[in-house]
Amino acid sequence: MTTVIEALRGALVGEMDRDPRVFVMGEDIGIGGSFHLTIGLLDRFGPERVRDTPVSEAGFVGLATGAAIGGMRPVVDFQYGDFLLCAADQVIQQACKLAFMSGGQVQVPLVLHAPTGASGRGAQHANSIENLFFGVPGLTVGVPSTPYDAKGMMITAIRHNEPVLICSHKHLYGTEGRNVEASAIGDVPEEPYSIEIGKAAIRRPGRDLTIVAALLMTHRAMQAAEELAREGIEVEVVDLRWLSPLDTGTVVDSVRRTSRALIVQEGSPMGWSGTVAAAIADGALDALDAPVRRLTGPNTPIPFAPHLEAEVVPTVDRIVAEARRLVRGS
Amino acid sequence: MTITDVDLDAPIRIAQDGLEHALTLFARMALIREFEQRVNRLFLQGRVPGTIHLSHGQEACAVGGTASLRPTDWATLTHRGHGQALAKGVSARSLMAELFARETGCCRGMGGSLHVGDWAVGALPAIGIVGASIPISAGLAFAASHQGEDRVVVCFTGDGAMTEGDAHEGFNLATLWRLPVVYVCENNLYSISTRVDRQARVTSVAERVRAYDLPAETVDGNDVLAVDEAVSRAVARARAGDGPSLVECLTYRQGGHKRDDPATYRPREEVARWLARDPVVRMRRAIEAAGMTAEVEQAMTDATAAIDDAVAFAEASPPATGRLP
Repeated sequence: MTTVIEALRGALVGEMDRDPRVFVMGEDIGIGGSFHLTIGLLDRFGPERVRDTPVSEAGFVGLATGAAIGGMRPVVDFQYGDFLLCAADQVIQQACKLAFMSGGQVQVPLVLHAPTGASGRGAQHANSIENLFFGVPGLTVGVPSTPYDAKGMMITAIRHNEPVLICSHKHLYGTEGRNVEASAIGDVPEEPYSIEIGKAAIRRPGRDLTIVAALLMTHRAMQAAEELAREGIEVEVVDLRWLSPLDTGTVVDSVRRTSRALIVQEGSPMGWSGTVAAAIADGALDALDAPVRRLTGPNTPIPFAPHLEAEVVPTVDRIVAEARRLVRGS
Repeated sequence: MTITDVDLDAPIRIAQDGLEHALTLFARMALIREFEQRVNRLFLQGRVPGTIHLSHGQEACAVGGTASLRPTDWATLTHRGHGQALAKGVSARSLMAELFARETGCCRGMGGSLHVGDWAVGALPAIGIVGASIPISAGLAFAASHQGEDRVVVCFTGDGAMTEGDAHEGFNLATLWRLPVVYVCENNLYSISTRVDRQARVTSVAERVRAYDLPAETVDGNDVLAVDEAVSRAVARARAGDGPSLVECLTYRQGGHKRDDPATYRPREEVARWLARDPVVRMRRAIEAAGMTAEVEQAMTDATAAIDDAVAFAEASPPATGRLP
């Protein structure tokens, strides 16, 4: 049995073994980084390929971008996804645009790995950073919710010739002593494999309602679906896996079958959930038996107090209640 | 050495065995001058779309900053990058076509004036956000050294970038990891309208970056030979594995920041003083003094012909399709 972080690490080790151009850099990665992604890599690959950086997010993302143009395949590990904001220009304006504005003369095969989500650390280490970066042109955004996807998507990202941001959720790591969803631990094949970019996964078939989710919310949606099944409500759960590009085709097909949609997004209402709702309006309006609903956090930062944090992150109970309202009207 | 220690009015001295080299550099500067003046006219005639940041007055930095580079070396350019691109070997045709938004442009019309470059000659399409190129250039140098190549990277930048956080993060990384990158800082004394003494208490860029253990020297940026010599030393250091350097080139924009900037914020006497230090005219005088008047004339005639050809090429080219390879 493997955790998401172990699966990501397995992908990284495999790709570093396979391709000498792959190297990893970030703050404190020599001791494993903030969530143990790179634990053991320094001993295995040495300091040339496992590069501890100074606290300089813009600097090392810029450096990685240059290195990528110059023929390397950098993987940048962020301590927290929140720190991507310190490097926003380097990501959005440089890494994601240089290939385009050069008329395709250069490529930027860059992977950014960012721990995301609320996890009891207060407001500045709790952004659902994928919501801020999902609409950036030129950036592929992956949000794996299972160890299997984590490994396959990281391998896909490292082999991709354009920038990819992989956001993994802090509650899905399975780090000892930390909160973890039991369903986030699973079997992962030894051999390398890819997960097609822009392809969602249907985690559970159902006929009454489609729940669209990602990351931690996928697990909560699955738990909600089990509860609802006991009441006779059959939920189809679509795990997006990639936010950019969004697999609106799978979502629309599912909603056309179930006639109802609930989109569950961690973080403030801004984000990909609005784009998914628009896609449903565009492609399945005539098939709907209920309004499209979004369940998100409020438009506030994340509070520290654990009981208050729980109020702003969608819970299984609230997903169940919303689903019930959509299907039964109460 | 600080800004005030550099004698900016000393005549350019050409060594006896350096005449041919001097003429080569002059020809490149003349080409850039002709290119910029022509683009300005075309722009005023409404034949070139968008916005333009002209580099006339700063030709010695572009040419001196690249003269010691090999074709396989890399350079990153600024938003004022036409001259830097030409100096690194981007063809006047593809450069002009880019400004005309044509498919034959160096960036297929997707970059424009702010992002010119041709990676095939080692000129990374220009980065239009000042400061951002400092760590990116360090990364190019990282890739070169990590892959065992003896490539050197020249990063063109300017005084305006020196107060950006990215620049300081990049300088720190470049020195920390001893990367083969040479920062050529065109200090034209103004960040748009804000003079260097209103940008920082320490006006010398070289003095500031030495805090990162980045070897730095300040030179007359309107003396192409002085720039070339300083950059050559820095390139040799980088190629030998001795790490990065910075060359601060004191220079001056002869025009405004961009097309709609009359630059009235600069004192008239200051402008006049700097126009008298015109890098193309000074070099021309030095070469003529050495007896090569006909060669100078020829270089200028060639420059005019090359730009005539570039404009004709651009105007005959199809519009950009937006299709990327």
